[in-house]
Amino acid sequence: MSDAATMTLEEREATLGGVGTARKRKEDVRFIQGAGNYVDDVKLPGMVFGDFVRSPYAHARIKSINAEAALAVPGVKAVLTAADLKPLNLHYMPTLAGDVQAVLAEEKVLFQNQEVAFVIAEDRYIASDAAELVEVDYEELPPIVDAFKAMDEGAICLREDIQGKTEGAHGARKHDNHIFTWEIGDQEGADKALKDAEVTVKELVTYQRVHPSPLETCASIASMDKIKGELTLYGTFQAPHVVRTVASLLSGIPEHKIRVIAPDIGGGFGNKVGVYPGYVCSIVASIVLGVPVKWVEDRIENLSSTAFARDYHMTGELAATKDGKITGLKCHVLADHGAFDACADPTKWPAGFFNICTGSYDIPVAHVSVDGVYTNKAPGGVAYRCSFRVTEAAYMIERMMDVLAQKLEMDPAELRLKNFVQPAQFPYNSALGWEYDSGDYPTAMNQMMQAVDYAGLRREQAEQREKVARGESRTLMGIGVSFFTEIVGAGPSRNCDILGVAMFDSCEIRVHPTGSAIARLGTKSQGQAHETTYAQILATEIGIPSEDIGIEEGDTDTAPYGLGTYGSRSTPVAGAAAARVGRKIRAKAQKIAAHLLEVAEGDLEWEIDRFKVKGLPEKEATMKEIAWAAYNNLPEGMEPGLEAVDYYDPPNMTYPFGAYLCVADIDVDTGETSIRRFYALDDCGTRINPMVIEGQVHGGLTEAFGIAMGQEIAYDELGNVQGASLMDYFLPTAVETPVWETDFTVTPSPHHPIGAKGVGESPNVGGVPAFSNAVIDAFSHLGVKHMPMPHTAWRVWQQCHELGLTK
Amino acid sequence: MIPGDFEYYRPNSLDEAVKLLATHGDDARVLAGGHSLIPMMKLRLAAPEHLVDLRDIASLTGISEDGGNILIGAMTTQSEMIASKVLSESCPIIRETALLIADPQVRYCGTLGGNVANGDPGNDMPALMQCLGATYILQGPDGSREVAARSFYEAAYFTEMNDGEILTAVRFPKPTAGHGYAYKKLKRKVGDYATAAAAVILSMKDGNCVSVSIALTNVADTPLYAQAASDALVGTAIDAATVDQAVALAEGITEPASDGRGPAEYRTKMAGVMVRRAIQEARERAQ
Repeated sequence: MSDAATMTLEEREATLGGVGTARKRKEDVRFIQGAGNYVDDVKLPGMVFGDFVRSPYAHARIKSINAEAALAVPGVKAVLTAADLKPLNLHYMPTLAGDVQAVLAEEKVLFQNQEVAFVIAEDRYIASDAAELVEVDYEELPPIVDAFKAMDEGAICLREDIQGKTEGAHGARKHDNHIFTWEIGDQEGADKALKDAEVTVKELVTYQRVHPSPLETCASIASMDKIKGELTLYGTFQAPHVVRTVASLLSGIPEHKIRVIAPDIGGGFGNKVGVYPGYVCSIVASIVLGVPVKWVEDRIENLSSTAFARDYHMTGELAATKDGKITGLKCHVLADHGAFDACADPTKWPAGFFNICTGSYDIPVAHVSVDGVYTNKAPGGVAYRCSFRVTEAAYMIERMMDVLAQKLEMDPAELRLKNFVQPAQFPYNSALGWEYDSGDYPTAMNQMMQAVDYAGLRREQAEQREKVARGESRTLMGIGVSFFTEIVGAGPSRNCDILGVAMFDSCEIRVHPTGSAIARLGTKSQGQAHETTYAQILATEIGIPSEDIGIEEGDTDTAPYGLGTYGSRSTPVAGAAAARVGRKIRAKAQKIAAHLLEVAEGDLEWEIDRFKVKGLPEKEATMKEIAWAAYNNLPEGMEPGLEAVDYYDPPNMTYPFGAYLCVADIDVDTGETSIRRFYALDDCGTRINPMVIEGQVHGGLTEAFGIAMGQEIAYDELGNVQGASLMDYFLPTAVETPVWETDFTVTPSPHHPIGAKGVGESPNVGGVPAFSNAVIDAFSHLGVKHMPMPHTAWRVWQQCHELGLTK
Repeated sequence: MIPGDFEYYRPNSLDEAVKLLATHGDDARVLAGGHSLIPMMKLRLAAPEHLVDLRDIASLTGISEDGGNILIGAMTTQSEMIASKVLSESCPIIRETALLIADPQVRYCGTLGGNVANGDPGNDMPALMQCLGATYILQGPDGSREVAARSFYEAAYFTEMNDGEILTAVRFPKPTAGHGYAYKKLKRKVGDYATAAAAVILSMKDGNCVSVSIALTNVADTPLYAQAASDALVGTAIDAATVDQAVALAEGITEPASDGRGPAEYRTKMAGVMVRRAIQEARERAQ
C-alpha cells in the first residue's frame, strides 16, 4: 500500500489541500520572480509593431489624411486608415451592446484620442516616429461633454452613421444622441407609494466616470499564416473564446482556423472584456503583411481610449413611513456611454443588472428607468470589478439609505436593520424581478456592529462634534455604513447571453495514470488565483491533492468553450462546472474501485482520497490506485481513461452580501480625509481559500478607496481628457491605502454545487458607498445631504469652506 | 510613451561634458537623475537629439562642509542627502524635504542638481534652496559663475542658466545652531507634486524671532521666496496675530494654476495652511 495508508485523517486532509484550505497562491511563484508570460513578453519571428495616430479633438470632421511622409520613413511597412478597412467592411466593428464602433475613424472623430490611422513598422520606435508624420486635416465641431445636454433640442448629432434611425438595439431612440431607454418595475405603483408616503427623499447621486486601470495595458499580437489560412491571436482577453467567435464573424476566417491565446494577464477589472480597434488593426495588418503584428497600448492610451466604467447620473427617490419603513423606490438614470455604446453587458441587459438597486431591503414596489446617451467621450461602460452596473446600483441605494436616515433623524444602521429582507423570506423575489437565493442580513449587520463597537463610535463622534463646535479640534469624524447585496455569476441561459452565446462555463479534466491531473476551464484568470482555487475544488471532489492538479485557461485550442472571467462569474459558474466534472470522475472511480475491491458499488463509501468498503475499513482503494487501474485494469466493457467534461448552465445568479464600516477623520483646514478604520464583513457562501478571499477583499477595497477618494476621468468643456496619466489618476500606493479588517459569515448558496457565491467584486461594490457615506456623515449634523465623488481634498475643503469651517 | 531618436553620451569629466554641450548647442540636454527629463521625452514634450549623462563625473557628487558653508555636488542623489550625517546634524530640513519627494526608487536616482536646475515649479528643492539662501554654481565654456537661488527662476522651465552651462554644485550657509525648521507639503499621494508646500527656517532668542525665511513650492510658475511674510515675523514672539499676518502675506504672492489638485483659490489657501503649520513646527523646534 502507499505511504498514505499510514497517514492520519488530518494529515490526509492537509495533503489534499482542498476546499477551505488557506493554500498559498500557486501562480505567485512565477509572478513574484518576474517570470510571468504576458502579451508583451511574446516575441514571434519576423514580428512588426503597430502604433496609432489619434485624434487631438473630441469632435471634428476629417477632411483628409496624408500618410506619404510616414510611409517614406525607413522601416515603415504600412499605414492603415478607414479607407483601407472599408472594402473589407472592417472600418466599423459590432459592440457587445448591439451598436457599432469605429475601428478607424472614417468621416468624423467623436472623442479625443480616437484611433484615426494605424502605422506598422519594423520596430516600435519607428512606428511612433512615423505616426507623428501622418498629416490629418480636421475641421473642429462643437463637442457634447455634458450628458445632460446630449438630448437638448437642436443638439448636434454625434453619430451621423445612425442619424435618423428611430430604432436601436434596445428599442426606440427619441433623439439622435439617444441610445436606449430601459425600464423595469411598476411605475404606477412606485409613483403612488411616493405620493402617499409620510416621508420622501430625492437626491441626484452621480457615480463619476472612472477607469479600471489594470497594471498591464491592453495588447495583442496577430499572426496570420497565409499558407494554412490560420490566424493565431495573442491578447489581453478576459474572455478568449468570445474573442475567437467575434474574430471569426468579423473576418470570415472559419472558427476552427482561429486560435486565441490569452497568456498571463496583469489585471483586467473589466477593461479587457471588450474588443478594441488595436486588436482588429493588428489582425488586418497581419493579414495584409503576412507577418505577426504586435500592438501594445501605453498608459495614456489605456486611460483615455479603452473602456471606462460608471458615468451614471442616478436620481433616487425613496418613500417611507415616519418610523422608517420603506414603502417604495424610484430611480432614473442618465447613462453617459460616450461616443459608441460599447457597454459590456449580457446582450439583453443594456443597463446591466442595475435593477438590483433595491439592495438588501424589502421594498414592496419599485421602478427604474435608464436613458443611455452619446457624448464626445471614449466608449466603454464596463463592470470595473463589479457585476454589471451593480456597483452603481449599490452606491445609489446605500447613499439614499443615508439620505433617508438623515431626514428621519434615525441612525443609518438602525434604518437598514429595520428594512432588511429577513432570513425566512429567502428565496426572495425583489420588486425589480430578481430571485435572491439566500442571505442572513441581520446576523451580518449585528456581527459588524459588535465588532466595531458601533454605539461607542457614535458616542465618540458626538463628543468630537462638540469639541469642533467649541473650537478645541479641527477634525470632523465620519462613520460610513454600507450593507450591500451583489448579484453575480452570470448567468442562466434563460436571461443571459453574449451575442447569442449562452453564458455557461466549462471544465474538462484528465486524470493521468500516476494520479495527477490536468484541468482546463473556459474562464481566464487576470490575477484571481484560478490555478490555486479551482485545483482546491477539484481536490475535494476527486481526492487528488490540489498540488497535483494543473489548471490551464486561455488557449482556445485546448480549453473548453466558456464565457470568460468578469462579473464574479468564475467561481459561481466555472467553479460549479469544476465541482460537477469532479463528481463525474468520482462516479467512474467508484465503479473502478468496486471492480478492484470485488464488491458492489453500493458497498463503498468515500473518505477524503479513497473509497472504503463499508464495515471493512482495511479494504480500500485510493484515487492514486484507481487512476492507475483506469489505464490497465478496468471492469469488463468499461472505456479506458479517466476524463470528463462539464458545461454548467447555472439555474440562478448568486447573491453575495456584506456589512462594511468606515471611520474617517477629516482635516477641515486641508480637506484631507484619513481613513482611521475600515471593517469589511463578507458573506460569499462556502469559502474555498480564505487567504485568496482575504487578498481579493484587500484588492477590491483598495480600488473602492481609489474610486471614492480620487479616481475620475474628467473632461474639460472642449472634451479634452484631463489627467489621463498615473500622475493625476489616483492609483493608491501602499502608503495611502488604509489598513483593512476582514471578517465573514457563511450562508451557502442553495443552488451552487458547493455553495460558493463569488467574492472578487464585493469589496468594490460595498466599499465605495462606505467611504462616501463616511465622508458625508462627517458633515451630516451640519445639514449636508450629499457630496459628489471623488472626495478629493479640495472638494471636501470646498464643503468645509461653504460651511464656514475653514480659517 | 516612446521617445524620439537621440544620441547618448556619458563623459567622465566636466570639461568633456561642457565641450559636448558646446558642440551640439540647442540640440543637447544634460541628463542628471532623469526623473523629469525622461518622462518628458517619453511624452515627446522634449526631444533632445543629444543626451549628455553626467553620472560618471565623480567630481559632481558629494556633501562637504567648508567653514560656515555646506557644499553639495549637483549629482548627489536625494537618497544620499537623506543618509548624510553632515546634513542631518547641520541642516535637517533637507532630509525632511527629500523624504517627501516621490518614493525611495525615485530618490535613489533623483539628484539635487537635476531637481533645482530643471526649473520645474513642482520640484521641492528650489523653494528649499531659496529658503536656505543657497547659491548655484554654474560651469560653462567660459568658466564658472554663481547665481543666487532666489534670483535663478524666471518662469516654468526657464532659469538664469544659459545654454551650454552645467549646474555643478549648490552652496549655502549653515543655518545657525538651534534653528527651527519645517517643510510642510500637501500632496494627493506618494509621487505627486505638491498641491502647496512651504519651507520655514527660523531662529529664536529670548522668546523673540531673530531671523526667518519662508519659501513656497508649486503655487506659481516658479518657486517663491516669501520675503514680506518672513519680515513680518522678525522681532516678534510669533503670536497668533503675527502668524495670521504672515500667512496672509504668503498667500498674497501666490499665483497657482488650477489643475487636478484643485482650483487656484484652494491652492492659495493651502499655501497658507502649509506656511502656518511650518511656522508652528519650526517655532516648536527652535531652541
